[in-house]
Amino acid sequence: MQTVKMVVTGPFSAGKTQFIQSVSEIDVVATERKISTDEERSVKSVTTVAMDFGRITVDEDLVLYLFGTPGQKRFDFMWEILSEGMLGFIVMVDSTRPETFREARSILETFRAYAPTPFVVAANKQDMEDAWDLEDVRHALRLDGNTKLLPCVATDRKTVKDVLLELLYSILKDMESGK
Amino acid sequence: MALRGNLRDFTITQLLNLINLANKTGTLILDGPSEQAYISFREGKLAYARLGKDDGSLASVLHKANKININQYRAIVDRAGQMTDKELGLLLINAGYVTQEDILLNLQGYFTGVVRKLFTWVEGIFRFENEMLPPDGRINVKLDLENIIIEGSRHLRELEQLQDEIPSLDMALKFTKRPLTNVNLSVEEWNVVKFVDPKNTMRQIASTNKLSDLDVRRIVYGLLQAGLVEMVRPAGVVALSTPKQFPVQDKQEQRTLINKLIGRIRTL
Repeated sequence: MQTVKMVVTGPFSAGKTQFIQSVSEIDVVATERKISTDEERSVKSVTTVAMDFGRITVDEDLVLYLFGTPGQKRFDFMWEILSEGMLGFIVMVDSTRPETFREARSILETFRAYAPTPFVVAANKQDMEDAWDLEDVRHALRLDGNTKLLPCVATDRKTVKDVLLELLYSILKDMESGK
Repeated sequence: MALRGNLRDFTITQLLNLINLANKTGTLILDGPSEQAYISFREGKLAYARLGKDDGSLASVLHKANKININQYRAIVDRAGQMTDKELGLLLINAGYVTQEDILLNLQGYFTGVVRKLFTWVEGIFRFENEMLPPDGRINVKLDLENIIIEGSRHLRELEQLQDEIPSLDMALKFTKRPLTNVNLSVEEWNVVKFVDPKNTMRQIASTNKLSDLDVRRIVYGLLQAGLVEMVRPAGVVALSTPKQFPVQDKQEQRTLINKLIGRIRTL
């Protein structure tokens, strides 16, 4: 059995667990705990502390694993471990919470420093009225014009598929250009 | 869609950076602790600003700059109430009180002064109104934001926030396509700029210039915010952690594997 993996990362409550849940053929193996601070509790009640784990079986010889990183910075010791051997990574950002953009930038730069693998950025909750425009998110995250920034709704399987496909296209393109 | 948020989480410098890079036209409205500010932009350049009860009118700006005295100011307010700033400016130039250059320089100084005051705001709500222009009759300027952004970035001293912005000093820098002209940099900043090259990590630049981690982060943050440089992986460095991305080593088999994944995801 051959296995490959991709990592879904991003700030606290960006929608990483939901993203994986939308395409995983198994219930996401989540390592969630109750939120301990009032500020974070106001956003959601449980959070990932080690990783989320989803699976997509391609055929009897090949399986894709999706790993979701914990969003809270105090668990960032897990990030490097999870990033080892990844094909590429997805940075999720909540388009309605500009207060998390700085952290998203920091996570993005941290993962870029770990490995020169392709990545895409998924702007989650683009269906919400108070979501920032994609171009504003691009500038706020300081993404250059070559970085794929994709609209996403983590509960909508189609947009999640599109994000995964765009990452795979980037991986293929990198391979063909010999990177 | 919305461009709104809280200054606690998204600073003035970051907002100016966004407006600059996106060439936005409109007005940034900030509700601070005790005052409201209106900052207008045209195609990413500062056009007009006013703060609190100050109306930002030409008469008020010239009075504050001691270009007209209090009696002249009062006379203008009393008698020229319906006159636009452009009309008033012409009148004052023709009467020999001020020159056109005086007017422009003083307005530029006043507007940048308003923005400078905002750098001290750490609390407040902001929203950007697309296409909302300055009040009719006010004289607009056209000021590049890069220098204001770099100046604002110098106010950022908190190591924790800088570490968030620049987590690893082992990344390198390269210039963006924005021209490095008419930018006012300090000697320290120039010393960093001299070594901007994808071959040099920020750690090496800091070491060469005998800068602390905090100092190099602060300087690079300003250059990043002004859109002058971007972070890249250092050229020629092979990442240490690239263990077994693929279960197969043959390039063709790797491509086949990725194509299989693409085919499977499409069917989900």
